[in-house]
Amino acid sequence: MKPDELRAALDRAAVDWVDEAVRQVSADPGAIARLFPRAARACGRAPIAGGWSADEAARALLLAALPADRVAAEADRLYRYGDASEKRAVLRALPLLPVGEAGVPLLHDAIRTNDTRLVGAALGTYAAHLDAATWRQAVLKCVFMGLPLSIVDRLDERADEELRVMLAGLAEERAAAGRPMAADATGLLNRLAGTALRKEA
Amino acid sequence: MRIFDPHIHMTSRTTDDYERMAAAGVRALVEPAFWLGQPRTSVASFTDYFDSLVGWEPFRAGQFGIRHHATIALNPKEANDPRCAGVLDVLPRYLEKDGVVAVGEIGYDSMTPEEDHAFAAQLALAIEHELPALVHTPHRDKARGTERTIKVVAESGIDPGRVVVDHLNEVTVAAVKDSGSWAGFSIYPDTKMSPPRMVEILKQFGTERVLVNSAADWGKSDPLLTRETADLMLASGFSEDDVDLVFWRNPVAFYGQSGKLDLGDNEPGALFEGNSILRGGS
Repeated sequence: MKPDELRAALDRAAVDWVDEAVRQVSADPGAIARLFPRAARACGRAPIAGGWSADEAARALLLAALPADRVAAEADRLYRYGDASEKRAVLRALPLLPVGEAGVPLLHDAIRTNDTRLVGAALGTYAAHLDAATWRQAVLKCVFMGLPLSIVDRLDERADEELRVMLAGLAEERAAAGRPMAADATGLLNRLAGTALRKEA
Repeated sequence: MRIFDPHIHMTSRTTDDYERMAAAGVRALVEPAFWLGQPRTSVASFTDYFDSLVGWEPFRAGQFGIRHHATIALNPKEANDPRCAGVLDVLPRYLEKDGVVAVGEIGYDSMTPEEDHAFAAQLALAIEHELPALVHTPHRDKARGTERTIKVVAESGIDPGRVVVDHLNEVTVAAVKDSGSWAGFSIYPDTKMSPPRMVEILKQFGTERVLVNSAADWGKSDPLLTRETADLMLASGFSEDDVDLVFWRNPVAFYGQSGKLDLGDNEPGALFEGNSILRGGS
């Protein structure tokens, strides 16, 4: 969702708070350090639209209000000092910000955690900047953590032969241990195996 | 029975402890920042620790339906190390977090000038960030340390009703209650306070403005001593309502003064924020 769509999805009180906070950030970019953590208390955490919650949307709008030459550094600092919800909001906002590849280290950090909220948020559209090896490991980590693969952006488009081999290995280990593999992971494996067969044919 | 442990160092516990605590009735807790056994030598060690108190620990607790909040501060022991003094400068960022419901643990360890400075500075931060304060009392020279603590709290200008003075015992409880602050008690297997002694204090001083915790740190400790104390209260003639006041409504009232306590639907077994992933679908 674009910033104006996020704003439109917020309720009246949240829009009022965000508009005022955006005005403050525009006048003084440093004000975001204090406003960013307050966004959830001010706007709530309810789901709004497009899979966003009100606090995530408010925080994305604050980031989007930063001057282009400061947004990468501020996003980095807000992530560094953020609680899990703030970190998640930074990750989700990355595709909306003029940061180029500068947000990639944040994705690496999130994928290293064992927090499903962060790993999940690292695999949205901004994950297009991840190299293939990191992306495959992250997808496999989702399977391990029980995250639904529907959170992975462009899953079938990016899934390749190497990911098929990795998933097949996991399926074999799980079968040997008598433990199930998630249905969506098995489904992806079957689709990849089908593609491989068609290529051979 | 529902239990809110108002002071427990979950960083030093295993995930199995969370499971046992949930089974015993613990549905919410506050984890104060304190030292970690091994002294730290840089500000970065503290920020990583604070990050875990507002990140990983709430996530771990949430897997068992336990709501996790934290208090953040430079503790008195490490306030004496000049390498850690810079922690005071990073506190404002953390005090603004949703899950941070007080400044703490602050107070005295050895009653040095460095501790005086850190204590006063952090009471001022509590006022500025509109947070209550959790004050540790020293192990050594405890009675005089508690008296001095009460004086410093009074001089700071913070409402004493927004302060809990912790680790009290038979000798120190009366002065704290008279000062208008909340009285905190840490139940340990052998040391600071035991369940039978706690029940006697509750009989003598009543159940108002009292917080009872298990502390459960790196030392010999037990995260289920809140439940054991509650059971002993019932066996000693206290009502279920008394137990609910001490182990739920009191901590909710005290930390609720932060305006940030979030007990959610408080259903054990609910996936913490798990829904935000599932509903995310991004």
